[in-house]
Amino acid sequence: MAILSDQGFVERPVIRVEGLKKSFGEIAAVDGVSFEVRPGEIFGFLGPNGAGKTTTIKMLCTLLKPTAGRALIVGHDVVAEAAAVRAGIGIVFQDNTLDEYLTADQNLRYHAMIYHVPRGQREERIQRMLELVDLADRRSDVVRTFSGGMKRRLEIARALLHLPRVLFLDEPTVGLDPQTRHYVWEYLREMRRKHNITIFLTTHYMDEAENADRIAIIDYGRIIALDTPAALKRMVGGDVVTLSTADDERARQEISTRLGVEEILQRDGHLTFEVENGESFVPRLVSSLGVPVRTVSVRSPGLDDVFLRLTGKAIRDEEAGSADRLKSRLRERGRIKR
Amino acid sequence: MSVSVETRRGRGPQGVVAAALGMFDPEAVWMIWQRDLVRFRRQPTRLYGSIVRSVVWLFALGLGLRQSFVPVSGMNYTQFIFPGVIAMALIFASLQSAISVIWDREFGFLKEVMVAPIPRSSLLLGKALGGASTATLQGIIVLAFAPLAGVPLTVTSVVAGVALMFLTSIAMTSLGLVIAVRMTDFEGFGSIQNMVVMPMFLLSGAMFPTNDLPVWLSALLVANPLSYGVHAVRGVLLNYYNYPLALDVAVLSVFSGAALSIALWLVEREG
Repeated sequence: MAILSDQGFVERPVIRVEGLKKSFGEIAAVDGVSFEVRPGEIFGFLGPNGAGKTTTIKMLCTLLKPTAGRALIVGHDVVAEAAAVRAGIGIVFQDNTLDEYLTADQNLRYHAMIYHVPRGQREERIQRMLELVDLADRRSDVVRTFSGGMKRRLEIARALLHLPRVLFLDEPTVGLDPQTRHYVWEYLREMRRKHNITIFLTTHYMDEAENADRIAIIDYGRIIALDTPAALKRMVGGDVVTLSTADDERARQEISTRLGVEEILQRDGHLTFEVENGESFVPRLVSSLGVPVRTVSVRSPGLDDVFLRLTGKAIRDEEAGSADRLKSRLRERGRIKR
Repeated sequence: MSVSVETRRGRGPQGVVAAALGMFDPEAVWMIWQRDLVRFRRQPTRLYGSIVRSVVWLFALGLGLRQSFVPVSGMNYTQFIFPGVIAMALIFASLQSAISVIWDREFGFLKEVMVAPIPRSSLLLGKALGGASTATLQGIIVLAFAPLAGVPLTVTSVVAGVALMFLTSIAMTSLGLVIAVRMTDFEGFGSIQNMVVMPMFLLSGAMFPTNDLPVWLSALLVANPLSYGVHAVRGVLLNYYNYPLALDVAVLSVFSGAALSIALWLVEREG
């Protein structure tokens, strides 16, 4: 399907996914997802760990064969034309895949070798990419001596060295501090501006997903919503009110009978619900409740409210320990029997 | 215009040729080979372990059992096991290097190599050469102890010895790659030592003469590819042969080719 661009001419989607499915035994990790990503777009997959994000990215990167459905990257089928797909994409994995015993320069040089970057251009491109991620002065240093943020930046530089059309980022800033996350995103946006690269990322951080032009919210292997962050937030409606009281159960009944709020989520000692105009609602709320109110907060909806609304749970509830993540990844490869 | 398209796809002429042939990518082979050597140089502890183990085997066992050993064509026990201790360094290093692939492809640098547009055959070949080279380097260090073990060295015996050590290492690394591709979990990592390395080493004629053995034991020795490596290295260092050297070279070469083909077949099947 063609997409009409702003300029009015027809653009072919860079990523086209139709009914993609992956099952491990009886469990469908990815259960028939379909979407298209436009050239130059930042497209995000948002969902809790285990939702099927990494499995999807592995299929798109030719590392895993789909059980059903198909995916085209820059017009090439990920199964039938794996080599062509590989040549046209760059990937930053969730785990660090730099060789820490090598220098920054060696890591990039080896990448240039296996991606067949023309010899005459290697020197200059390595330098340019290192400058882009502010690591030019560490070029000859062994990667072991780098901080987490520096390693991540080097991985991004490496993934872009062969000028891919699409950059895949699997949880690109997991484990980085907020400031570093901010910088990494600045570099990514600059890359997109300079090279018109299409970015596909997965994340379970709400604020990271805000960087995307469009977001697919994924849960239990299915896409449950797909839109711009702003449009998704409009799904929530008005403001989000969160309060804690001396007796949440009673407060909940009173809010629904006296104030007519139907949907109230009760979790972690808090009641959360949405109202049209939060600021004028709060005085009415406090005066009409028969139980003492401890705290009240009103805020504009964020993506976590969208997720809560769609699934009835917060994304952070689903965060698994690193050991679980390790196991789930090994299981994905079929290396551990359940 | 066509130039910019080429650049855009990041693919030089060799890359196009490699893709067209679909089988051999010299630069990828060289990269993987080179990486193993650079890593080896930056991890000296691997080397120290290998030296200590070799020295302990050579001198503790060589001197300890010397009295109870009936000299074989003039060789005392230290001289006799010297090629065997070299073979031990080779098999340990080769298998360790090959088995490290399991971790490396799951969580390390090899994962990045696995998504690169290079043929799997070149990846395996590069890994076989890299593992064999680092193993041979360890063998060469043991070889340096030859004068202390009473094994005289000549230019010819060193050159031939190193070449045969490399061939033996290629065979052992290739075997390790088959195991690494087949291995279904990391727990198997340790059992390789007990189930593959030690039996192969002890049943290779490295530690005892192979004449006058029970038939079943002889059969195991004949079936063990490392036996041919031990025999070949002992042959050129101590001029002691039970059969022609050409047989060793043939067996090791055929075995390496077969093991690499099996590993490739397994990798491609896995997808």
